[in-house]
Amino acid sequence: MSPAIQVQQVHKRFANLHALRGVDMAVEQGEFFALLGPNGAGKTTLINILAGLSRATSGNCAVMGHDVVADYRETRRSLGVVPQELVYDAFFTVREMLRFQSGYFGLKHNDAWIDELLHNLGLEDRANTYTRTLSGGMKRRVLVAQALVHRPPVIVLDEPTAGVDVELRQSLWSFIKRLNRDGHTIMLTTHYLEEAETLCSRVAMLKQGEIVALDTTRNLLGAHATTEVRLKLAPPRLPEGLRAMLVGEEDGCFRLALHRYGELEAVLAALRMAGVEVMDMEVSKPDLEDVFLQIMEAA
Amino acid sequence: MSREHVPASFPSPQPSPASGGGSKRPPLAGEGLGERVSCMTGLWTLFYKEILRFWKVSLQTILSPVVTTLLYLLIFSHVLEAHIQVYPGVGYAAFLIPGLVMMAMLQNAFSNSASSLIQSKMGGSIVFILLPPLAYWEFFSAYVAASVVRGAAVGLGVWLSGYWFAPHAIVHPGWMLAFALAGCAALGALGIVSALWAENYDQLAAVQNFVIMPLTFLSGVFYSIHSLPPFWQGVSHLNPFFYMIDGFRYGFFGVSDISPWISLSIVSGAFLALSLATLWLLKSGYKLRS
Repeated sequence: MSPAIQVQQVHKRFANLHALRGVDMAVEQGEFFALLGPNGAGKTTLINILAGLSRATSGNCAVMGHDVVADYRETRRSLGVVPQELVYDAFFTVREMLRFQSGYFGLKHNDAWIDELLHNLGLEDRANTYTRTLSGGMKRRVLVAQALVHRPPVIVLDEPTAGVDVELRQSLWSFIKRLNRDGHTIMLTTHYLEEAETLCSRVAMLKQGEIVALDTTRNLLGAHATTEVRLKLAPPRLPEGLRAMLVGEEDGCFRLALHRYGELEAVLAALRMAGVEVMDMEVSKPDLEDVFLQIMEAA
Repeated sequence: MSREHVPASFPSPQPSPASGGGSKRPPLAGEGLGERVSCMTGLWTLFYKEILRFWKVSLQTILSPVVTTLLYLLIFSHVLEAHIQVYPGVGYAAFLIPGLVMMAMLQNAFSNSASSLIQSKMGGSIVFILLPPLAYWEFFSAYVAASVVRGAAVGLGVWLSGYWFAPHAIVHPGWMLAFALAGCAALGALGIVSALWAENYDQLAAVQNFVIMPLTFLSGVFYSIHSLPPFWQGVSHLNPFFYMIDGFRYGFFGVSDISPWISLSIVSGAFLALSLATLWLLKSGYKLRS
């Protein structure tokens, strides 16, 4: 089975910018994949190359085994892209846009699926509205619908939740999760790292056009971040045996690093043995944001 | 046409049986869609979209050029009818009509592809036609065909009202149609090239106002070039629009400054050269696919 997305040694040079510097990655079919990185890291450039909006200076990309340049028709049929910019055609209504989009993909009678998309994206009563009159969040939904008219096996969402309210964000994600369960491969970019953490099984991090991390979300969290426990003790004295775990001390509180959650048990036992009382305790779990910041600083 | 107009090839929406249910598995591309995928649908849809685009603003895209052109006809023919007879037996108003029809067709054919493309480029909605599997030649054919339709719609409007104003015969309708088609198609292609090149509305307006307008105005719409001094006659022969107008007029009166065969060869040659250039630019992704 060919990967949903395959990127091999892709370089992209603009006039005075080396935007992608030898990117290699693959997204397997059925994955929910996050492409993360600070602004200007090259995420959108990479998406544009996959979508045929831009051409790689060197290297190869394939979608569902189809080369993005040689087999552009097959590639584009396999790919649905939700662009980052809120673009719309001022002349047409939502339904007209979705029909045109279907037609461009060679689909003549697609109204049943268009209706289902409108329903799932909460756009039913906006079908005959001009897109230009819709709010930003509604325009975003239309873009999602447009990307899905041809039921692409691979869906790429470039910051789909930027500037979108909580309600839409949740309904959008539950719809995308459903598509993923149904077998669609999803790749997204987002600046909301908690979204990537809860949704995506694998993550690639880009920095200045290079992949600096590519692993499962679980492995990245395990390898790069530790759980921390913050303890306020009476008397404020840390038993000798726990010194090795100490990572910081401020305002009379000790911060200890735990590699596993289970180590907390041992810490509490050691405190009891030493006759130290716990006045206050706060456990902070690592999140993708910590991992992201660590990796970006190190890279 | 109402705003709710639905393309004839699309049936009215049926309520989906799956609407409301969340469990239906959407088939992946290629599953069960094969029989519905047709290779001409993409091109046809883009053509239809381009037609609908200008039709929705037809006051501006059809009626307004028709009215402007009629004003030229009224004013010039009123002022000059008594003074000028270019061809024997042809009144000045009748002489003016084919030139004005062709001028309006050429300008509007250019405007159609150029303004559609620059608007979608500037607004970003060009991605909607760059993301689908449309070939560069489909892009070209749809835009040029829509330009021809817009040009023809405006031309028909000007001609019908001109005919009412000064009735005349059309001696060679075949020649007339050939020049109309070739001229509009060439200007449609030129519109694509100009909008691809232009990086903003101002640059496109410059092409329109400093190239297209003067070339159409100075192409013998209002006069026979035989009335010009020899130097300006020579200059007129370098203007491809002159052959479009002269040949088109031959279709009406069977009289022209140049043999219609020569004119048609030059106009077709211009169309062919512009088409090849446009196709090459579109294939290379010039200013569309960075």
